[in-house]
Amino acid sequence: MSENKSIEEIEQEIIEEFLLFDSWDDRYEYIIDLGKKLPVLEEQYKKDENKVRGCQSTVWLVADYKEGRIYYKADSDAVIVKGLISMLIRVLSGQKADDIVNAKLDFIREIGMMNHLAQTRSNGLLAMVKQMKNYALAYKLKHA
Amino acid sequence: MIETIDISKVYDVVAIRKHFPALKREVKGKPLVYFDNAATTQKPQVVIDALVNYYSNYNANIHRGIHTLAEEATAAFEATRDTAQQFLNAPSREQIIFTSGTTEGINLVAQTWGRQNIKAGDEIVISNMEHHSNIVPWYMLAQEKGAVLKVIPINEKGELMMDEYEKLLTGKTKLVSIVHVSNALGTINPVKTIVEKAHAVGAVVLVDGAQSTVHLDIDVQDIDCDFFVLSSHKIYGPTGVGVLYGKKHLLESMPPYQGGGEMIKEVYFDNITYADLPYKFEAGTPNIADTVAFKAALDFTKAIGKETIRHYENGLLHYATEQLEQIEGLRIIGTAKNKISVISFVVDKVHPQDLGILLDNRGIAVRTGHHCAQPLMDCYRIPGTTRASFAMYNTKEEIDALIAGLHKAIKMLA
Repeated sequence: MSENKSIEEIEQEIIEEFLLFDSWDDRYEYIIDLGKKLPVLEEQYKKDENKVRGCQSTVWLVADYKEGRIYYKADSDAVIVKGLISMLIRVLSGQKADDIVNAKLDFIREIGMMNHLAQTRSNGLLAMVKQMKNYALAYKLKHA
Repeated sequence: MIETIDISKVYDVVAIRKHFPALKREVKGKPLVYFDNAATTQKPQVVIDALVNYYSNYNANIHRGIHTLAEEATAAFEATRDTAQQFLNAPSREQIIFTSGTTEGINLVAQTWGRQNIKAGDEIVISNMEHHSNIVPWYMLAQEKGAVLKVIPINEKGELMMDEYEKLLTGKTKLVSIVHVSNALGTINPVKTIVEKAHAVGAVVLVDGAQSTVHLDIDVQDIDCDFFVLSSHKIYGPTGVGVLYGKKHLLESMPPYQGGGEMIKEVYFDNITYADLPYKFEAGTPNIADTVAFKAALDFTKAIGKETIRHYENGLLHYATEQLEQIEGLRIIGTAKNKISVISFVVDKVHPQDLGILLDNRGIAVRTGHHCAQPLMDCYRIPGTTRASFAMYNTKEEIDALIAGLHKAIKMLA
């Protein structure tokens, strides 16, 4: 599905979905639900080299390359972060390396989750976005 | 003004709250419930006024100028030293060294006394419940000197195992650096006994008072510790100021920490003589404004009375403990007999970070994570806890809000 839609289009979908929520509780319930539904990452990937360290929660991230597109899998021990990751994967997984590197990811601000990107050391989301982009950048450099 | 606080009959928390402007704000559309006091306390208006007054009326560099503003600024700065001396019952004002905080105080001792006295094979004793700032400076010193770090273990309640402590003390023990009150568990350590035992083998003792000074009456002469360090911002004062207290003969024998202005008597290119205490350790222009305002925080706390505050905070601690214990799947980490008003807990299958986010969403500020005490978390085999820490201005109603918030969060996360 995401192979047909651009990053911006998927971001727009998420923004519109969030417009339906009246309260912060509803938003978080939705994110928690996404977190719970994110497929569990196989144990073999949960090793140190795949860790994206935030201060409080651990995030594991792996990337796969297929025909110029990058596919991500990830997991975390904290469910809200996992929900946010789930959205990042929905937006970025299956996209072209160039598009991922250049993605502005404004939807995070639009849905009111910008505080999770703040450099408070409190979670690994910022590091997560960086790492996703790094995978894309590495792929680009290798295939330039 | 402080005089308006009526604590003659009952503890008037409503009146006390009025002194703290930050408590009036809302977070996420809800009244702020500030339970992160062990990280830093909110500031009373008198402290904010003291800062503004300094910058508005008598901002000047201290000790050097002969003009009126410099004299006024110097007098205000030095007045804080006198107040801090009384607050700790230090024998003399020269033994109060201003630092940027507890961390700098510990580093100062490690880099001066430590480098002068610790040799290869010497042993430094710390505990399993230390904050990173009372681990890393000693680790660095031990690495540099080939010394050995020894760690006092704790029991499951989060109390120091004093038998084990005694076993660690030998003729090789040169220093015991111990936290007075654990930031993550709230445990009050028996520092007087610790000092006595350490002195018996000829070791020097540093007490980390970052968490204790706001809750307990501190008498450095009674504790008989060789060094005591604290931070202003955890006692309702500004950030960026702390105190290092030291025994006079030790402070006098220690080399200076940093070189610069203020800490010298005479400077020639081939010969420099250092200033007397306390200025030997206060190089450069200090944090004048915050140090001046720190006095207001100490006066404010004293006016209400530490014992009165402690009694009230203990009430909050007991109430919160009772309420939290009723939550299914919740386990309190740190159940020492002697505790200050700090409660750490974990909830089955719930990550502390998720709890922290959902509580913040209800305007409740708690601390989640390892509390800069990773070895302690490892000891309990947990990645971190959620911590609520109470101050003089917190209320039972706020604890009720925390409990309701926890019920809701756990339901959402389950």
